[in-house]
Amino acid sequence: MVALALCAVPAGAQSAKYKGPRTKDGRPDLSGIWQALNTANWDLQTHAAQAGHVVSRGAQNAEPGGMGVVEGGEIPYLPAALAQKKANYEKRFTDDPEIKCYMPGVPRATYLPFPFQILQSQKVIHISYEFAASARTIFMDKAPPAEIDYWMGQSVGHWEGDTLVVSVSNLLDQTWFDRAGDFHSDALHVVERYTPLSPDVLQYEATMEDPKVFSRPWKIGMPLYRHVEKNARLMEFRCAEFVEELLYGQYRRAK
Amino acid sequence: MRFLFLATLALAEMAFAQKPWTPPRTPAGQPDLQGIWNSASGTPVERPDELKGKEFFTPQEARDWEKKLDERNKTDNRRANAGVVGTYNDAFREMGSKPVKTLRTSMVIDPRDGKIPALTLEATAKRQRRLDKILHPDGPEDLALGDRCLMFSTGAPPMLPYNYNSNYQIVQTKDHVAIYVEMVHDTRIIPLDGRPHLPPSVRLWYGDSVGHWEGDTLVVDTTNFIDKSSFYFQVTNLAVTGPYTDENLHVVERFRRLDAETILYQFDVDDPTAYTRPWKGELTMSAAPGPVYEYACHEGNYGLPGVLSAERALEKAAAAQAGK
Repeated sequence: MVALALCAVPAGAQSAKYKGPRTKDGRPDLSGIWQALNTANWDLQTHAAQAGHVVSRGAQNAEPGGMGVVEGGEIPYLPAALAQKKANYEKRFTDDPEIKCYMPGVPRATYLPFPFQILQSQKVIHISYEFAASARTIFMDKAPPAEIDYWMGQSVGHWEGDTLVVSVSNLLDQTWFDRAGDFHSDALHVVERYTPLSPDVLQYEATMEDPKVFSRPWKIGMPLYRHVEKNARLMEFRCAEFVEELLYGQYRRAK
Repeated sequence: MRFLFLATLALAEMAFAQKPWTPPRTPAGQPDLQGIWNSASGTPVERPDELKGKEFFTPQEARDWEKKLDERNKTDNRRANAGVVGTYNDAFREMGSKPVKTLRTSMVIDPRDGKIPALTLEATAKRQRRLDKILHPDGPEDLALGDRCLMFSTGAPPMLPYNYNSNYQIVQTKDHVAIYVEMVHDTRIIPLDGRPHLPPSVRLWYGDSVGHWEGDTLVVDTTNFIDKSSFYFQVTNLAVTGPYTDENLHVVERFRRLDAETILYQFDVDDPTAYTRPWKGELTMSAAPGPVYEYACHEGNYGLPGVLSAERALEKAAAAQAGK
């Protein structure tokens, strides 16, 4: 039995470190519900706490401080792009696409304060995100031609040892990285790396390359934690309904 | 001996007629439903009067029906539909013309007349109030769910084809089945671990689904629907189509591979406050090349503000007329 189990694993593909669940074909089994536990969605860079802008909601509405997730600390903006980021920051309470319940794009979907579920199969890995019911398919076998841009991009994956590496292209220019106005163009290309550290912790890294906005590629990194509770599940967060008054209230019949 | 021979022959013939087919298995040993599937077909939800009394097409009738629908779909309706709000042409539609694989003449199979049973009096009144609001909305919450990008008929159970993009991608793990629904980028995630339904106080647009395998059939039980649903409403050329349901809906679905290219999808609908009796349906899904595109409905919803601002403009014009 032991010999059989070992034979099913491609030689040299595994690290000795990871002892967690594996699929029948010997890959780490990433299926499950995961979530980041940080404040990256507020600001990828290190930030102090500050008051919120909805007076009536008081402390509930304040922004928590947090350590940055950008390797080296700074996002390497080109000068004109840095000016745009600062302008975005000033308008962050109206212009962040998260406010309108738009699909968050990659990598932001990963560190929104919502869980997401990985469903790992052989030819595809499906990820369903609770926020806005957004979803993506990671093609592990054969990817369709990448002809148009998507909110969640086109994802093509492969394994490097125990690390799932995903190349994300065809991203629209309409998503932000965080609530602090960090942004990108339609030239963004993201390479994600999901490395299991233990059965319940993944190390997540994303490298961003966008020559229209950044002077060089840059990287974020953070752990993702498994929801280990037995009754864990994604709930519905169909926020299109929650933003109808904001987006369309002006067309309401006058009382 | 002779009798035995004949009996064996008869059995062999039966086996040949049924073309026994063993579905492939996932690595976890479960029947493999994975792939991309499309549920558009020439079989309507309810049996048309011209097919009254006929539950199944013969193969020849199925071919004739397909030809007839193809011709109808090819007809240029632009002049007839000029100026009619809500009209799509057939370049946009993807209705399907080939009847379902089981050659049913309607998706509704019980009652046997192929018609959705009558609504209760209460549901009839609720449906009418809802319809009046759809046609004369005060605000966005009054509009049809598809127009609000909340859900289409392809999503929440029972999953019925829509005018276009009736595409699904099924992905399986050892303890979950995920059905990714193109309209609109929703994923039904069905746990197979025997967990109970959510408490009755928790209500969801898609309901709460739990599943298990019965032989080669995936059985999915869904309750806990939200009372805002009435989600099959779609308004086309000012007519309302699709079943009406409410928060007491209970759906049992069965998914089974018939062959390499086909899933048989069966559903039982029980909603005692909406319908005067339970009813059942089935359809077949065909393997499709894909890909399932990202249907970013809400992100590009120019229609909804258009509908509401048009309604306000009509009111303004009517008020001006009345003031003269």
